[in-house]
Amino acid sequence: MVRTALAVLVIDENRIRAAIIEAGLREAGHERVTVIHDVTGIARRIAEIEPDVIVIDLENPNRDMLENMFQLSRAVKRPIAMFVDRSDQASIEAAVDAGVSAYVVDGLRQERVKPILDMAVSRFNAFSRMARELEEARNELESRKVIDRAKGILMKSRGLSEEAAYTLLRKTAMNQNRKISDIAQSLVTAAGLLGPAEDE
Amino acid sequence: MSMGAEHQITAGFMPLFDSAVLVAASELGFAAREGIDLTLHRETSWANIRDRIAIGHFHLAHMLGPMPLACNLGLTPLASETIVPFSLGLGGNCVTISNAVWAGMAAHGAAPDLDPARAGAALGALIRERAAAGHDPLRFAVVHPHSGHNYELRYWLAACGIDPTRQIEIVIVPPPFMADALATGRIDGYCVGEPWNSASVAAGTGHIVTVKAQIWRNSPEKVIGVRKAWADENPEALAALLRALHHSARWCQDPANHGELAAVMSQPGFLGLPPAVQMPILTGHLQLGDGAERTIDDFFLPFDKAANFPWKSHALWFYTQMVRWGHVAHTPENLAIARDCYRPDLYRSALKPLGVALPGANSKVEGALRVATAVGATGAGLMLGPDGFFDGQIFDPDEIDAYIAGQKSARADA
Repeated sequence: MVRTALAVLVIDENRIRAAIIEAGLREAGHERVTVIHDVTGIARRIAEIEPDVIVIDLENPNRDMLENMFQLSRAVKRPIAMFVDRSDQASIEAAVDAGVSAYVVDGLRQERVKPILDMAVSRFNAFSRMARELEEARNELESRKVIDRAKGILMKSRGLSEEAAYTLLRKTAMNQNRKISDIAQSLVTAAGLLGPAEDE
Repeated sequence: MSMGAEHQITAGFMPLFDSAVLVAASELGFAAREGIDLTLHRETSWANIRDRIAIGHFHLAHMLGPMPLACNLGLTPLASETIVPFSLGLGGNCVTISNAVWAGMAAHGAAPDLDPARAGAALGALIRERAAAGHDPLRFAVVHPHSGHNYELRYWLAACGIDPTRQIEIVIVPPPFMADALATGRIDGYCVGEPWNSASVAAGTGHIVTVKAQIWRNSPEKVIGVRKAWADENPEALAALLRALHHSARWCQDPANHGELAAVMSQPGFLGLPPAVQMPILTGHLQLGDGAERTIDDFFLPFDKAANFPWKSHALWFYTQMVRWGHVAHTPENLAIARDCYRPDLYRSALKPLGVALPGANSKVEGALRVATAVGATGAGLMLGPDGFFDGQIFDPDEIDAYIAGQKSARADA
């Protein structure tokens, strides 16, 4: 029997993550990949695509609607079950941990689908890591900005050098067992409340 | 995280008002007082709650009443055995329809009085008129196929001579999207919990035509579903949690606390909606549309009328509806699974030390109480009912075969 290429449907409201998954699938040799960001009219799309595997992000609030459609709708020819083999607990846990879920049409063999799920899991994890690093970088930048403002306030109001202002912030943070950025934020807030409006 | 807590419990919930008893247990210290460090996780779908219970991320969760039955009956992918030792309340849902459908129903005698029989007769007349004119069937939405919403909507329609499998279409829409789907014409009506009915009325895009509390008064809605494997290994933690939920539910029911409860639920981590939006479910005073308003008795009960007792007859009624609409076959094995899912024994043993009123029976005949009735119970002062179905039917869990047979013929006649 000739193996036809699997049709894979990726449903993800996050366009960047969907693009990363799609790229991974194409690199792995899957040519029939469709990405949907918006579930409006999805029953018709599924009827057109006739997917063998559907990959969905777990944050999608439409999962209940989609599951119901897979189970009942005439749009899907063969019943679709979640994951390949329920006994593969480790890969199910890895998927849920990563925030992704996969549905496959009945009768597909595990070895054909597992690489797709594994790839989706690793790409979801990579995306989360990236998003986390981006968030940390953003927070870092924000903290640095607020520390600079706090230093400015201390330099102006107490006639300190930049270095002395920073040392004072750091000492205060250590004494109070708080982050420098928290102390700086408090100072900026207090200065805004007490002093003449900075922006005027 | 308090390090001194005796029990660590992780629970999932959906951002719906009827998660209030679970949320208040965490936020107002009822769990902490029972030695529980309760961590709540907000979820985006019932499927996520089911999956996270199945793989052990959650020990328990806020669930749709029929959902644990569906899990145990093998109706859903990746489900684990789930038991129900506590109910989160009675009532709380409404049926809301578009302005266009309301105009059509009004032409057939509907009035803004929430009467299920009158509204159903008008809707039936409208549906037949539309069919004769060659229009598409009306499309209604519910939140999940295995939900109180789906079963009460179908029950109401079928009892009014409308076949919900052929004369209308029923689709699934997440609760927060209901009002928008109605406003944009993607659906014609829906059955959902508050505040998503009042949301359409406030926006001027929908009318509330009837309510769960009038289709079947004092009927079950959300429950606490517990992963059975965890419950078996942690009976003390579960009992402590049930006591915490009991105290929380009592607090939620008290009108003196409604303002504070609405404020807690309005926080971004819970519902994230203004407190005022949550008052209709707490007071039972609803705007119906076009200025009509009504106060509904027993609209939503988080505690009174033994609202937290996990009646086996509630589970069995859900089972009869699963059978009725083709979700599951009626077999002795399936009936046994349905019978074992709700666990009044666990509720009773956990609350016994508190000396509060507890029902003596595990099941009751549903729909038999015409007036509020004091029942035989341990402790004093337990009132139940009235609990009538709007069509006067009685569900006797001891006569389940006859009930199932009777509703099948009702469907064929429709």
